Amino acid sequence: MKIHEYQAKAILARHGVPVPRGEVAYTREDAADIARRLGSPVVVKAQIHAGGRGKGGGVKLARTVDEAETTARAMIGMRLVTHQTGPEGRVVSRVLIEQGLEIARELYLGLVIDRAAERPVMMASPAGGVEIEKVAAETPELIFKEYIDPATGLLAFQARKLGFALGLDEAQVGKATKLMLAIYEAFVATDASLVEINPLIVTRAGDLVALDAKMNFDDNALYRHPEVRDLRDLDEEDPLEIEASKYSLNYIRLDGNIGCMVNGAGLAMATMDIIKLAGGEPANFLDVGGGASAEQIRNAFKILMSDKHVKAVLINIFGGILRCDVLAEGLIAAVRELEVKVPIVIRMEGTNVETGKKMLRDSGLDFTTADRMDEAAEKVVASAGGRH
Amino acid sequence: MAVLIDASTRLLVQGLTGREGTFHAKQAAAYGTKVVGGVRAGKGGTVHEGWPIFNTVAEAVRATGANATVIFVPPASGADAIMEAADAGLPLAVCITEGIPTLDMMRALTFLKGKPMRLIGPNCPGLISPGKSKAGIIPGHICQEGRIGIVSRSGTLTYEAIQQLTLLGLGQTTCIGIGGDPLIGTTFVDALRSFQQDPETEAVVLIGEIGGTAEEEAATFIKGSFKKPVVSFICGQTAPPGRRMGHAGAIIAGGKGTAAEKMAALTAAGVHVVRSPAEIGRAVEAVL
Repeated sequence: MKIHEYQAKAILARHGVPVPRGEVAYTREDAADIARRLGSPVVVKAQIHAGGRGKGGGVKLARTVDEAETTARAMIGMRLVTHQTGPEGRVVSRVLIEQGLEIARELYLGLVIDRAAERPVMMASPAGGVEIEKVAAETPELIFKEYIDPATGLLAFQARKLGFALGLDEAQVGKATKLMLAIYEAFVATDASLVEINPLIVTRAGDLVALDAKMNFDDNALYRHPEVRDLRDLDEEDPLEIEASKYSLNYIRLDGNIGCMVNGAGLAMATMDIIKLAGGEPANFLDVGGGASAEQIRNAFKILMSDKHVKAVLINIFGGILRCDVLAEGLIAAVRELEVKVPIVIRMEGTNVETGKKMLRDSGLDFTTADRMDEAAEKVVASAGGRH
Repeated sequence: MAVLIDASTRLLVQGLTGREGTFHAKQAAAYGTKVVGGVRAGKGGTVHEGWPIFNTVAEAVRATGANATVIFVPPASGADAIMEAADAGLPLAVCITEGIPTLDMMRALTFLKGKPMRLIGPNCPGLISPGKSKAGIIPGHICQEGRIGIVSRSGTLTYEAIQQLTLLGLGQTTCIGIGGDPLIGTTFVDALRSFQQDPETEAVVLIGEIGGTAEEEAATFIKGSFKKPVVSFICGQTAPPGRRMGHAGAIIAGGKGTAAEKMAALTAAGVHVVRSPAEIGRAVEAVL
């Protein structure tokens, strides 16, 4: 799960990470009030779940309270397009108003779980303000790493090593050590999957401040962090994906016109891949779960049919121990009840598969069956209007 | 021969009294697996579907002589169940549970270091050695005894591959579902090492997916020291970056972990990489 910058800063601040003074505003009036309290200059920052906001016009300096109000008015409601939002962009509904700080240096700090090392890794770089992927590709020698033993947590000497590698002076290394230990504490306390401070700045006065902050969280651990779960911003998500999540369906909307309904994440990805190989474009990723119950099939159809781009549907269910006659019964009932009009190609495997296929053929509905995945993909691409 | 489990496996089920645990314990027993008992704290001393239930894994191992466990507990207690199995001295644990928090798994994997237990999963379909034994949820009837090893991060896509092989008359030594989480007990490289040592395994199918670098590590291992033919399919070739594709571990992050990179690494290591999931079986037939 992702949260906004101002929310991440609030969490980090609670654990002792220095952040600029600031507050979030939903209206220009609030923005002006906050700017007045903070004192000029302030920075107005659009709050959306995507990076690259600065280049897209989502971060602006305001020298006066009036300027803060004007900037906030222009920003709230604007559609902000960055390289991470896609061409449709995101509508800005809230802005963060922060005190302006004088920057001496811009650094980078990141904390993630390294999958191969099976432990967290703290990364630091003097090349702050730049995307870390770009630094990793072009100047990997500017990224310093410390792997953290889960049993001890981040140790002070590790933080000091990173601090000195960043070229900080002795007093700053002390501050950086405290800051890094606080970041690690926040990471563990909230079951985060990523903390990124880019840039971490050294101010003209020699202080270290998290000028930007990004935190992602482990969805599997949200059950024990209701305070984090409450930060979910539904405006940042696709309405169909929100609807699907209510039914515990794993659904991701894509750009194509062939709806997919599959049991299992790997098979669902493979089904998208084979549609593309057959010359079609998948409209979505959809995993209905291993069991593929009649109720889940019905819910999945509801979601697929809400996407008006869907011209045909491919259902690929590898039941194994699932009974195909029961599956067919669920499919027929759902298609009748929801009055599904688009052609449906079904490839299913499991017990009683022949009975299941016969039930589909005899139903009088527009079902096409297929034995193999490639055959199913070719049939559904043809039903959706042929190859691209 | 088979790897990890065979006819000598004496299987314990942690979470046997739950719905999934009960269903799959019965399936395993019907397949011929020696299921020796279950663990459920608070229900020790009772009998469930004919199996004795114990309060702790240690007690169950002492009483039954179990040498493997399959775990069907809820995600919040998944890591604890894994560590309890290791503490009881079991050499093999297969964790089916999906949704264990990453930090819990990190602690569990740290706990396992230096202990002689092999962990398969979590968030996996488990293991089957056709005709001998199964620990997990892979349907027995699609499998056939034979000479192909399968290792996969997926569940139902593994079944798809198994069935393609079986329909072509190509049976399997052991099918290993290693799981779709970012942190797992057994990697592709671990599984390949087991297949390397098994004289009956003649070729291996490796099914990967987007996210992480496990396929690239497998490619390095194969290039250096794996002598048997490998056929591979990587799913997620059309997956958008930055989105978690169902599995917690299936995400292209920071432009890394794409199917294209993995396919290129495996191809460079001499692996027969197929672009279509429908070609897995035929590709194995071609390399034998």
